[in-house]
Amino acid sequence: MTALAEISGSMSSVGYGLAAIGPGIGVGLVFAAYIQSTARQPESAGLTRTYLFLGFVIIEALALLGIAFGFVFTTASTTG
Amino acid sequence: MLFLAEDNLPWPPSVEDFFPPSIADGPWLTKFTLFAWIATALLIIFFLVAYRSPKLVPTKLQWLAESMYGFVRTQIARDVIGHEGLRFAPYLTSLFLFILVNNLWGVFPGVQMSVNAHIAFPAMLAILTYLLFNYVGIRKHGVGKYLKTQLIPPGAPVWLFPLLIPLEALQVFILRPFTLAVRLFANMFAGHVILLVFTLGGFLLFASDNFFLKTFGVASWAFAIVMTFFEIIVALLQAYVFALLTAVYIEGAIAEEH
Repeated sequence: MTALAEISGSMSSVGYGLAAIGPGIGVGLVFAAYIQSTARQPESAGLTRTYLFLGFVIIEALALLGIAFGFVFTTASTTG
Repeated sequence: MLFLAEDNLPWPPSVEDFFPPSIADGPWLTKFTLFAWIATALLIIFFLVAYRSPKLVPTKLQWLAESMYGFVRTQIARDVIGHEGLRFAPYLTSLFLFILVNNLWGVFPGVQMSVNAHIAFPAMLAILTYLLFNYVGIRKHGVGKYLKTQLIPPGAPVWLFPLLIPLEALQVFILRPFTLAVRLFANMFAGHVILLVFTLGGFLLFASDNFFLKTFGVASWAFAIVMTFFEIIVALLQAYVFALLTAVYIEGAIAEEH
């Protein structure tokens, strides 16, 4: 049987795409909340900026763990 | 050499691209060690020169040094830790600037490789932060009370302790340094991979016979330039975030019981 289409490469890249969905939504929510709070009370912008970055980096860490583990587990599974 | 032939392009970008050949004989001097030392030397020389003869009305160089120190002192040390945090401001400033310079090597023409793209450097910095916040916490509270403030959230019912204490211990003593190191490393690593993808991909597309694809090769290079500017923002943000998280951990360690 002839192959009509073939995909080669690592499945980790698909895995990373899936892993990025959650943090993507999370980072969006954090910035949306910051913009909303600043619009409601502009004086609080400086006060909440620290919390903005704190929340952002904790969520971002999930996506970055995904990218790191994508490379960690890639060596075992690419050749095939 | 303007256009690489399609055959000898290192495509796709891989982890191998992060291990450039040694500069000297043997494995002890690579691009990474060399530029880590250069960054250290740059910072020491810059601050020594800027503060050689401090004036009441600052010179331009002194103003630059003072505003960088002032930024970390007020925005990170004082705002996060509070009045007690001012004694950590020198350490936080050194940390911030060291990470910043090492991150900016990633977009510096001719270097194009961030020192922090090797996990060893972020891991060492994370270990320093880890030792620091545990040390200040234990020195202030003593071991028992320090563990109690770190591991038991205020107001938690006693029957939840068997669940809470292992979770908090995992979070405070294992995940904190781990995520701190991985965050910085992965940002710099991913940034370099993105630049490689768009630059090398541009060559690959430009080498094709199809005129339509050639245009996309040029567009890919243009996007590589855009991503370079994005990398500068990421470099700044990650240096800020590393110093900020260090400050937050110190604050958590020395905070009084709630």
